[in-house]
Amino acid sequence: MSTLHPTQDPSWRLFQERFGRLQRARRAETLLLVAIAALLLVIAAAYTDFSPAQVAAGLPRIGEYFGKLFSIEPARGAAPVPVLAWDHLFQGVKQPQSIAYWFYRIDVYLVLLWQTVQMAILASVMGFTAAFVLSFPATRTLVRSTLAVMAVRRLLEALRSIPQVVLAFILVWPFGVGPLAGILAIGIHSTGALGKLFSELNENADLRAVEGIRAVGGSWVAQIRYGMVPQVLPGFLSYALLRFEINVRSSTIIGFVGAGGIGQELRRVIGFNIYEEVSAICLLILVIVVVIDLLSERIRHRFIGSLGTKA
Amino acid sequence: MSDTTIRLDTITAADIAATRARLPAAFGAPLRSRALRWTVGLLALSYLLYLHWLFDFDRVFTNLPRVWVIVRLMVDWSQFAEWDHAELLRSMAETVAMAYLGTTLAALVAVPLGFLGARNVIPSRVFRFLTRRIFDGCRGLDQLIWALVFVRAVGLGPIAGVLAIFVADLGVLAKMFAEAIETTERKQLDGVQATGASRIAALRYAVLPQVLPVMISQTLYQIESNSREATILGLVGAGGIGLRLSERIQINAWDQVAYIIVLIMITVALIDSLSKALRIRLIRGA
Repeated sequence: MSTLHPTQDPSWRLFQERFGRLQRARRAETLLLVAIAALLLVIAAAYTDFSPAQVAAGLPRIGEYFGKLFSIEPARGAAPVPVLAWDHLFQGVKQPQSIAYWFYRIDVYLVLLWQTVQMAILASVMGFTAAFVLSFPATRTLVRSTLAVMAVRRLLEALRSIPQVVLAFILVWPFGVGPLAGILAIGIHSTGALGKLFSELNENADLRAVEGIRAVGGSWVAQIRYGMVPQVLPGFLSYALLRFEINVRSSTIIGFVGAGGIGQELRRVIGFNIYEEVSAICLLILVIVVVIDLLSERIRHRFIGSLGTKA
Repeated sequence: MSDTTIRLDTITAADIAATRARLPAAFGAPLRSRALRWTVGLLALSYLLYLHWLFDFDRVFTNLPRVWVIVRLMVDWSQFAEWDHAELLRSMAETVAMAYLGTTLAALVAVPLGFLGARNVIPSRVFRFLTRRIFDGCRGLDQLIWALVFVRAVGLGPIAGVLAIFVADLGVLAKMFAEAIETTERKQLDGVQATGASRIAALRYAVLPQVLPVMISQTLYQIESNSREATILGLVGAGGIGLRLSERIQINAWDQVAYIIVLIMITVALIDSLSKALRIRLIRGA
């Protein structure tokens, strides 16, 4: 009577077999997925002429271009110098390699940045107002007719699924080159995006207040005004501020198609190869985007905080 | 007081004054908050008027007839058979290829970068600060700005688009990957290290299995959103359907513009549902 070593037990072999089978199946599946992904990658590369040789040929040019962005156009025959140097950093507009020299058109940029932010504000106000009005008919708990809800929802979906920049490009034709086309494009897109979020908030709201207003004979508008709006308004405003951050980003680029703001100027200086100005404007855009994000985040927290404690 | 019947004809001016003293809020908001409300309202109104003036907002209404002209032209698809469908579909495929290629390459490069930017892999605060700022720099500038710059650097065509998606997404994905790595369980890392495994092996067997599903799902989501974004890169010359769209807008071929927009919507919806299905499968499998 001898005891079997565990590895000689028939159940061990069975386990090993099954485990091996599962492992092989899993490995085959992973390999297949990786192979498909790689194959798609190759096809995509072929489709876009993106070969290693092409990229290798392009890399020095990219390096050269980015180098030019941060150097001053040299005089004939001279070597290019970096756009900033420690010795001259805080000297006047006339002194190359100073901050003032790099940002010598700061007055123009600041006016354009102001315009860009105002574009985002107006577009956000437009989007908020339209989305506010449209979100209630798009709420299933408030409207009995499913058809009407569906119609409004499809409308909102259509508004947000056209790319903003495309919309701006189209609107430049009827409204002319300038910020108006950009504002309308961003506003229309915001309406679609906010309307969806707002109607979702409405559907999650407590209906007891609405029923209370209905019970004392309040009209549909009164039910919404006194039963729904007080509940959902903090959420609405928080989403609107988030949207405003996104809209500031959008308004910096919407000018590429002629729809106003700093983007229009950026496209001009890139087109004319005014290298130092390209880097200067890009830096300003980065700064403004970060500042607005931080500011809006702070307002949002304070806002939700105070409303949250009251409720 | 609560169980007495209130008779309106017996209320005196003194009663009203007493109640007003006790419950001032029931008689309307106090003067100060009412004044504040009015001031804020008037300021907001005058600000809106300023914006109205700044952007000459009247033109929205005076130019509305021109919008109807475009809309009327857009819905007239009687020339449908004569449009260059092969070219448009090819450009649409090119757009999707750009998004796929740019995002996938960015994801491949973002994996090591994500490890470098994670606190539990590289504890050095200075190093992490620097890597994070580089990610922010890539992310902070919009894809369209990168596209414009790369068109200047490598010329017109899809390569500039792929590079723009690559750089902008590198920032997004590296940041997300670093955050995913930072939220992994410490215990598995300890366990692998206890067996005497090297640092790299520990990351491979303890951290990577935890974050890989998250990484793949985030990459899929980025591919989805980039195929939407890539449709506009062509507007600045970076290849894809945007280029065709920009040509059609410039020659006022509004019917084809509408057709291209519909094509974009269909493609984006298809990719959305495909990627959603894949992501759900991935989450279930993990």
